[in-house]
Amino acid sequence: MSRARADEEEYWHSSKFRAFTFDDEDDELSQLKESKRAVNSLRDIVDDDDDDDDLERVSWSGEPVGRRNRLPSFQSLSNALSDTGVKNYAPELRRPKAEYKDYSSDWSPKDTVKRMQRGKVCSLERFRSLQDKLVLLDEAVAGHDGNVITAVLIFLKRTLRREILFRELEVRQVALCHLIHFLKETGEQKLLLDLLRFLDRTEEVALSQYREHLNIQDVEKRREFLKGCIGLPFSAEDTSHIQDHYTLLERQIIIEANDRHLETAGQSEIFRKYPRKASILNMPLVTTLFYSCFYHYTEAEGTFSSPTNLKKTFKIPDKQYVLTALAARAKLRAWDDVDALLTTKNWLGYTKKKAPIGFHRVVEILQRNNAPVQVLQEYVRLVEDVETRLNLATKYKCHDVVIETYRDLKDRIQLTAYKCKVERGSAEEQNINSILNNTQIRWKN
Amino acid sequence: MAAHLSSGRVNLTALREAGRRELRQFLDKCAGSKAIVWDEYLTGPFGLIAQYSLLKEHEVEKMVTLKPGRLPQADVKNVIFFVRPKLELMDIITDNVLREDRGRSPQRDFHILFVPRRSLLCEQWLKEQGVLGSFIHREQYSLDLIPVDGDLLSMESESAFKECYLESDQTSLYHAAKGLMTLQALYGTIPQIFGKGECARHVANMMIRMKREFPGSQNSIFPVFDTLLLLDRNVDLLTPLATQLTYEGLIDEIYGIQNTSEDFFDNLTVEQEFMSGIDTDKANNYIEDCIAQKHPLIKILRLVCLQSVCNSGLKQKVLDHYKREILQTYGYEHILTLNNLEKAGLLKLQTSGRNNYPTIRKTLRLWMDDVNEQNPNDISYVYSGYAPLSVRLAQLLARPGWRSIEEVLKMLPGPHFEERQQLPTGLQKKRQHGENRVTLVFFLGGVTYAEIAALRFLSQMEDGGTEYVIATTKLINGTSWIKSLMEKLEPAPF
Repeated sequence: MSRARADEEEYWHSSKFRAFTFDDEDDELSQLKESKRAVNSLRDIVDDDDDDDDLERVSWSGEPVGRRNRLPSFQSLSNALSDTGVKNYAPELRRPKAEYKDYSSDWSPKDTVKRMQRGKVCSLERFRSLQDKLVLLDEAVAGHDGNVITAVLIFLKRTLRREILFRELEVRQVALCHLIHFLKETGEQKLLLDLLRFLDRTEEVALSQYREHLNIQDVEKRREFLKGCIGLPFSAEDTSHIQDHYTLLERQIIIEANDRHLETAGQSEIFRKYPRKASILNMPLVTTLFYSCFYHYTEAEGTFSSPTNLKKTFKIPDKQYVLTALAARAKLRAWDDVDALLTTKNWLGYTKKKAPIGFHRVVEILQRNNAPVQVLQEYVRLVEDVETRLNLATKYKCHDVVIETYRDLKDRIQLTAYKCKVERGSAEEQNINSILNNTQIRWKN
Repeated sequence: MAAHLSSGRVNLTALREAGRRELRQFLDKCAGSKAIVWDEYLTGPFGLIAQYSLLKEHEVEKMVTLKPGRLPQADVKNVIFFVRPKLELMDIITDNVLREDRGRSPQRDFHILFVPRRSLLCEQWLKEQGVLGSFIHREQYSLDLIPVDGDLLSMESESAFKECYLESDQTSLYHAAKGLMTLQALYGTIPQIFGKGECARHVANMMIRMKREFPGSQNSIFPVFDTLLLLDRNVDLLTPLATQLTYEGLIDEIYGIQNTSEDFFDNLTVEQEFMSGIDTDKANNYIEDCIAQKHPLIKILRLVCLQSVCNSGLKQKVLDHYKREILQTYGYEHILTLNNLEKAGLLKLQTSGRNNYPTIRKTLRLWMDDVNEQNPNDISYVYSGYAPLSVRLAQLLARPGWRSIEEVLKMLPGPHFEERQQLPTGLQKKRQHGENRVTLVFFLGGVTYAEIAALRFLSQMEDGGTEYVIATTKLINGTSWIKSLMEKLEPAPF
């Protein structure tokens, strides 16, 4: 329900002097224009109980008033952390307005926390002893209110020696998690790492530091940084991955520099025909391998950019290697290379086609790169599973393979039916006819 | 307009009305014409509470998205920021405020509405940037539980699972507890609280403490809910990972994903194999093929996590093998995400040397071979034969009670417990003959549409005895859930 303008003026002015109550309308304290004076006079009452000279005075605009220039104390909590939710749905909870007059310097930690939860002004400076501070922290944690816990932690962080703070938090899980979250949010990386080291959460330290590499855009600096990460206390497996990451980036920098040079020199055919679309820097390993199989396939193992060098350095399994090389050579329509990849020679010198990834996958990749039917056909023929073989052969019009397969299956009906799929008068049709006429075959149907 | 909210057993309109009232009050406080600068994330949740027409009624003339740079010129008296209490958003707000042309006339007043809570940290941050004083009204809008449907409430807190299970941060649990207190203020004290899981235990403790600290909150409203069941998401990690097969679940999963139907069915086959315990202990060919073909990483992660959960963790060799393949194909930086998944219990080493999952599956009858999707008689229809563990637990709680599954409960993570809350005399619920109990099931860490469908199925069963209202920190599917656990790999804009 909106108020009429005239009422508004009255409303703002009349509530000028109200202080801290539950009613959320009383958050006028944060209305700078009208309330500044009133609030300052009010603050005198509030500060009355505090003899502490260390108290920092902060004006409502946020600037520290007076000589000290420390981090603002959480007296800014007095900017009413009012709990509007509770107020709306549990009206019985409204406290009498008189309560704000009730200032005492003897609030126990428990009471202090309660007041903070209700958004009232509280100075924590008076809790000087370690014992008091810890009770305060425990009370805050028990109350579950994140803002209060944060406020207390900020206070402890400022007034306790680091070792003591760490030691005490070690046995207070909730407060500890809260502080870690807080440090992460505010980006206090150094303190966070110190804390984690203290807690012997060494792997977390390592990962947390490693994560920072994402913020380094300059490749050289990133490489240096990754190098520094290698000695960190990762788990054994993770260490090898980090090592690989560094090595990979190191290689990529060299390859990138070389290839950029080759490209601009304009002498290399492959780079002229297929100009690079992107830099190889920071790409994953497999992508780098693909790149290397594309642009540097024939290079000897000794160079950093050769595929075989990558395979060896990063212990890339055969399956992955063949797959990637296949994809690269197929893209370049280098069918001879494809053939060589899939041919192995045994000690007797006999060659045989072998695919660590299954020939149906080979066919898929070749087909995606528009391999001519003659090339495709050769590998469709090698697909082990008959049904798959027929499916692929039919799909990609590898007529010879279809014909051969039906012949081997002795399936006269299917073979006859397939005649309509081939061109009238073609060699394939003749082939089918001659097979159908072969009296030696014992057809099953 | 609120018809869908009152359609269930519990009329959730009152909850939404309360939310609207609070919003109106704040808008009126910032008297005069206004422009709202939105934290994009909030537009969804707010849309469930109020339409633009309501905002217009309170003189909202313009709405823009929060982003760095200068605010648009709009000739309004007030500029209000609607934001979550996040430091990176405070940086953007600072930028907006500092670029404001102080010479312009008339000057615009700035305000902030923090959703769902003010944050000391944020206000300190603004103070340190020197802009805190620029804001006249700084308040919070306690959008804890938002009614999404007649039987469904959500906190829309995407990071809840990560915070609770990865960072042991209880902030979302605190909000859950507050949301529940609000609910009880409107619908009466809930006499019985059951729970399973660490987070469930924390929420129950918070509720009890909150009740104790505000003794006046004992109200005279006749209790609508009989039981509250608090469930940790990590009690059932499997359900969100599997592809949902109810209509809404499928739409939720498929939207935006370009699978071929062939691949979709291949994927489903592998999932179902894992869920029925087939070959969960070795590296899976289909998964390896997908990695080799560089399918979207999230799809891979879902599958390997599913395998891990169905095997109570993977053997060292298998885990190392998957990790290596993933890092080599997608980049080493994903070591951070893999670490998160491990911490969350989704992709981990099998420590105990034995796989508990088959026992749990058999005892709770999670896998039903004779499922009839046309005429289902069991909740397993939602995953074509697999009954969500979480819903099975709810079902068994109602009848015959958890005493009968003590052994299995012990195999699941976290404590299980029961609490009773005192009702003032005269308010003891006397159920009419044949009247159903009403149970509020609260999923801490997210709930899927399939689980919602399963609970609705139970509600509709004749002689079922219980009707369910569902609450959650967030509505999730496997993809959005895994995404929330992935490390943000792009550097921050500032």
